[in-house]
Amino acid sequence: MLRTLRQRITVADIVVWIIGLAIAFVVVYGSIKTLQAGKYDARVWIDLTITGLALGGVYALIALGYTIVYGVLKMINFAHSEIFMSGPFTAVFLALALNKSGFWNSHPFISILLVTILAAVVSSTLAILLEKIAYRPLRYAPRLVPLITAIGASFFLQYAFRGFFGSGLQAYPELDILKGTWTIGSIPVYKTQVVVIVSALIMMLILYGFVMLTKMGKAMRAVSEDKDVAGLMGIDVDRIISTTFAVGGAAAGLGGILYILLFPVVHFFMGFIPGLKAFTAAVLGGIGNVPGAFLGAMILGILEAVGPSLFLNGMGIAAPYQLKDAIAFTILVFILIIRPSGILGERITQTKA
Amino acid sequence: MSKRLLIVFSALILATMVLSACGPKASAYECTDSIGCVTVASGDPIHLAYAMVINGPDATLGIDSRNGVEIALAEKGQLLGHDFQLTGEDDGCSAEGGQAAGTKLAADTTIVAVFGTSCSSAARVAAPLLSQAGFVTISASNTAPDLTLPGNENNWPGYLRTAHSDTFQGAAAAQFAVDYLKATKAATIHDGSLYAESLANQFAESFTGLGGTITAQEAVDPNQTDFKSVLTSLAPGGPELIYYPIFIKAGALITRQAKETTGLENVALMGADGMFSPDVSSGAGDASEGLYVSSPDLSAFSEKYSTYFLPKYQEMFGSEPISIFHAHAYDAAWIVMNAIEKVAVQDADGTLHIPRQALRDAMYATKGYVGLTGNLSCSPTGDCANPVIAVYEYHAGEYPPVKVWP
Repeated sequence: MLRTLRQRITVADIVVWIIGLAIAFVVVYGSIKTLQAGKYDARVWIDLTITGLALGGVYALIALGYTIVYGVLKMINFAHSEIFMSGPFTAVFLALALNKSGFWNSHPFISILLVTILAAVVSSTLAILLEKIAYRPLRYAPRLVPLITAIGASFFLQYAFRGFFGSGLQAYPELDILKGTWTIGSIPVYKTQVVVIVSALIMMLILYGFVMLTKMGKAMRAVSEDKDVAGLMGIDVDRIISTTFAVGGAAAGLGGILYILLFPVVHFFMGFIPGLKAFTAAVLGGIGNVPGAFLGAMILGILEAVGPSLFLNGMGIAAPYQLKDAIAFTILVFILIIRPSGILGERITQTKA
Repeated sequence: MSKRLLIVFSALILATMVLSACGPKASAYECTDSIGCVTVASGDPIHLAYAMVINGPDATLGIDSRNGVEIALAEKGQLLGHDFQLTGEDDGCSAEGGQAAGTKLAADTTIVAVFGTSCSSAARVAAPLLSQAGFVTISASNTAPDLTLPGNENNWPGYLRTAHSDTFQGAAAAQFAVDYLKATKAATIHDGSLYAESLANQFAESFTGLGGTITAQEAVDPNQTDFKSVLTSLAPGGPELIYYPIFIKAGALITRQAKETTGLENVALMGADGMFSPDVSSGAGDASEGLYVSSPDLSAFSEKYSTYFLPKYQEMFGSEPISIFHAHAYDAAWIVMNAIEKVAVQDADGTLHIPRQALRDAMYATKGYVGLTGNLSCSPTGDCANPVIAVYEYHAGEYPPVKVWP
């Protein structure tokens, strides 16, 4: 009995668990210390959490693209971060033109709608083209080939945008109606953050509904179960894959507009880091799973915003925000030690099995 | 097989002997300089190079300096009958970029002098490479103090700068905070770059020395876009001023996000010369209203700056200067050209010999050179600046910012 147990537990397992325990210890100990020190009041924690939720909402919409493409093609579309960048980067020129004519602030709803539609259309079109040109010819190639192609496509798109629009910054004009705060239950919250969180939630619900309830969504799930059998059942696999890219691209474009509400500056390299974070969120939630992407993104957003203050401040570590990515990714490692397939990942493997 | 090898070898040895025999005879000039000479054949251009940030989000800083150098070279035209050739590498405004640019430039032995780097982080790794290659390096925008600190391991022979050391700028910023803003509590943010970190620390030291309190010293990653959380964490300390002497992209974003952070709506914001750029004005939008930046005092510049330099800049590059170190770069170029003129030896056929150590000595010996940025004299460790620091205030939608102090 003891012998079989010893055989089953390898040295690597023990090391992994020690790392896990160390992370858990730092998190718990640091949090207790920080809360004891009482440097920040409840107000600050609420602000940080809301910042995290808004960030999470943006990550969620980008993560969706990674996750549904992985679902149907079993490949990671690394160029997705550039799909995300292309929407707001193109729409900035429309926004600037509208602002110049005075339309931007006199008709804010129509303006933001136009900008959002343009961003979604550009991102979506680019995603479809990318699939047609770069991935479709490689559909039956070994799995690593489309992965490398995706990285190449990512660089291509980045530097194509730099070539067209230059390497400088472009700033979105400010929307007067989104300035300032709303008071929700005696707490003032920035309007942009509320708009971002609510829109992200609504969009995620719509997209989830699309995947779960519509005929097209059903076909998508069928393709992700088994491409060949789905094809035999009369599903046009190519069309479904194109649709998947279109939906993922549109979500990224929408996420891009939410992103610029929070950080109104666009730049050809802006997609890289949010893309990386969203990919992480998708893995964290269980890649291939739509609610998982949302959950993972929210967790990552909050960890980034709250983590450095909560875990490190109490331990007297100076300048903790330098380490916010380190914290977010360390927690990611911790969660993946406990649940290697991501938080909601298991459900998928069960249904697949 | 071995026979054939033997033949090849003897042929090679013979060739070497013939070549080495006729080598020295070609020139009458004998190089006695301790680190060698550059020979520029008659009709060939004198090769100068730059290592500046010319791509990416901080590109305006490097391009602006390069423009300054080009104006000086164009003004001079020819030196002892030779044209100039200016080539360059991107220093990326980072240690990695400095390493790459330094390595590439050091391999090209025709280079006489290097203008650069743009950023101190790049200088720390590029300066030793360029120094060991025998070049002179002169930077128009490196401000980290240790680069010219006597006896410091980062002070390399052959390295000079026309930019002021941060010791002055950080102290001036602190003086401004106390005198003009009447601030007693301040927070600092740097981005991990050598420039920003040393400036933030210098500011904190001087500010504390003047009786102020530093509520927090934070650091961020310049590639991030979300600075909301770090700003939120600064708010409870109640700073009256946030000092973030960083670069354009992150600087614009922090300016914008600080105004939207609860508790920081009325805090004064201040950056340094790295944020003196139209990109900050457009990137921060309305939030740029009231943003302070310290910078070399443009009104202390010589008259030639407005009568000759600015029109020339407009003529050659079609715009107003896009950053702040163009005049320093122009002066740097003249210091190099004057030194070359002083030490170069010319053969009868026009061939030019430039002894490298003598060139270094001549540059260090620069005394009372009347440049755009003031009367420049170089210290034995390479500090050539005549630092006059002023503080400028941005107004929304307007560029350049307006001088408010002293």
